[in-house]
Amino acid sequence: MLNYLIRRILYMVPILLGVMFITFALFNIVNTPRQVAYRILGPKASVQAIDNWLNNHGYLDEQGKELPLFFNVGAHPFDSLYFRSMGRFATFDLGRSFATDEPVITMIKRGAIPSLCITLPAFVVGLFLSLSASLLLVFVRDSLIDRWGTVLCVAGMSIPITVYVIFGQWIAGNLFPWFPAFGFNLEGFSTARFIALPVVIMIVSGLGSDVRMYRAIFLEEVRAEYIRTAQAKGASHTRVLLVHMLKNGMISVITLVVASLPFLIMGTLVLESFFGIPGLGNLMQNAIQTSDFGVIQADVYFGSLLYLFGLLVTDICYAAADPRIRLQ
Amino acid sequence: MPIWLSNLLLLAGCAALVALLRAFLFTERSRRALNRLRRDRVGIGCAAIVAVLLLIGLADCVQINPRQSVLDFAFRNVPREDGYSAPLARTSFNERDPKPLKGRHLMGTDLLGKDVFLQTLKGCKTALIIGGLTSLIYIPFGALLGILGGYFRRWVDDIVQYLYSTMASIPGILLLVAVMMTLGKGLDRMAIALSLTAWIGLCRLVRGETFKQAAKPYVEAARALGQSHWRIIVFHILPNVMHLVIINAILGFSGLVLAETILSYLGVGAPVGTPSWGVMIDSARMELSREPAVWWPITSASGALFLLVLSLNLLGDSLRRAFDPKAA
Repeated sequence: MLNYLIRRILYMVPILLGVMFITFALFNIVNTPRQVAYRILGPKASVQAIDNWLNNHGYLDEQGKELPLFFNVGAHPFDSLYFRSMGRFATFDLGRSFATDEPVITMIKRGAIPSLCITLPAFVVGLFLSLSASLLLVFVRDSLIDRWGTVLCVAGMSIPITVYVIFGQWIAGNLFPWFPAFGFNLEGFSTARFIALPVVIMIVSGLGSDVRMYRAIFLEEVRAEYIRTAQAKGASHTRVLLVHMLKNGMISVITLVVASLPFLIMGTLVLESFFGIPGLGNLMQNAIQTSDFGVIQADVYFGSLLYLFGLLVTDICYAAADPRIRLQ
Repeated sequence: MPIWLSNLLLLAGCAALVALLRAFLFTERSRRALNRLRRDRVGIGCAAIVAVLLLIGLADCVQINPRQSVLDFAFRNVPREDGYSAPLARTSFNERDPKPLKGRHLMGTDLLGKDVFLQTLKGCKTALIIGGLTSLIYIPFGALLGILGGYFRRWVDDIVQYLYSTMASIPGILLLVAVMMTLGKGLDRMAIALSLTAWIGLCRLVRGETFKQAAKPYVEAARALGQSHWRIIVFHILPNVMHLVIINAILGFSGLVLAETILSYLGVGAPVGTPSWGVMIDSARMELSREPAVWWPITSASGALFLLVLSLNLLGDSLRRAFDPKAA
């Protein structure tokens, strides 16, 4: 197992290097640091102010000259923008916000709890609902209910999340005025009042695609031969579905679910800014509004780290469940 | 460029695309699938709706004179009002002294007094540009990489796998936002950003299918006859994976239209003034909070978007069933 784990981690190193390169390229080559400085300080900023800004954010060397992109000919060859940012990325230093000069890591720590307040309940309840609904559809497969249920799922997928959020808040705000339509408060029961609407909207907006996906997974299992064997041995329809099939189908479901677990921290981009929840999605939205490239760069890198972490945990779960995988 | 030339180029491009599709669909397998599709009433209906909406979009792309497209010309009798007016109202909306309107409007008028129904129809053009331009970029790229990886295997496959697993490691929406922030607003830039994330799924799918196809006897036979790799790829493998590409393109189109609304909501999407469904939905944030609420622009825009995306999704499912009746 340890051997397998080490191999998986080593396999991720080149991917991580690729991610670092893409992040670096987006914020240093596509947009040069000087352009970024002009965007933040305004097009009329003096050259002195721009140089000061560049110096404060580590884009200049000791002599006050601009660092080259890749190789520093003449001085130390690796004293360049690329290798400096690689060093920061490799030590998981997320840098500072360009707007407030606050370290991004403290901003992320502050936003994680409000984000999790929304995503965690929505995830748990949503998973339960969509699994039950998809089991129901598989139970009555090829019937009229199944056909129209699937169409309903596709219809749910065809509504953009922005419409769910904007229309949902309007309708719910008119129907249930007791639930506040905006704001957040981390104090016991009042939190529940604030998160009720966003959580419900998040569950409803994700239901369609989830039910359809799980139904497809379960339908694949239903066609397997062990199902026919179980039926031939005389097990009841319900028992075959809930005991034999569910056990095997859950392996694929868990793989999908575990991979998405780390993303719960990232919150939701559209929902949080609309409901005024000070989570990570809101942080990103603010960064977009203020052209805060420091935060956006850090967020992209942080999201990729979470993805790779989720992938690793999925691999471990998979290998633990199925010993054959470890040998491949 | 004179108008007639740009119109001619546009129509020639569309004709070339249709001819290309027909050439690919001229295999035995596709003909059988199309026969099966002909019996699927839902699929045919959805195809008709998609075709009508895309033709409306195309009509808005063809210019009659520098300020008018064919669509504008068809609606030239619709007068412009001074501000909001409710659907089919005779007087302007929410003023102390309601003024009589110049004409009746099926879906009312927006803040600038433009006819909402016409704006919604014009949204088809934006959807067509986003979906079409992005598809033109990512489909050749993704399909080519997938086929190369699946056919040549070994180090070519390693490179292809590395490329798509690296791109997949960056969460899609974060990468989209980052690319749009660095490139700036605009429909053409949005197409570039969207194709950066869209090719991954297609490439993975085509690679897997090519893997299966390349192991089949007909490929071996072609090799034994002395055909070159390129001939085998173009005349043997490509026609056999083309149905996957087409299904993926149709389902991907709906995803692109949905992604446009999210980007427009986050403020990095279509520039202000573009008649796009995403912008119309986004502006409803303000309109719904008015008293009484202005509900018709978001209803009209999300209705049209829902119709297009739902039809695309159902059409994609129908095609999948038609091409692979056993699996569905």
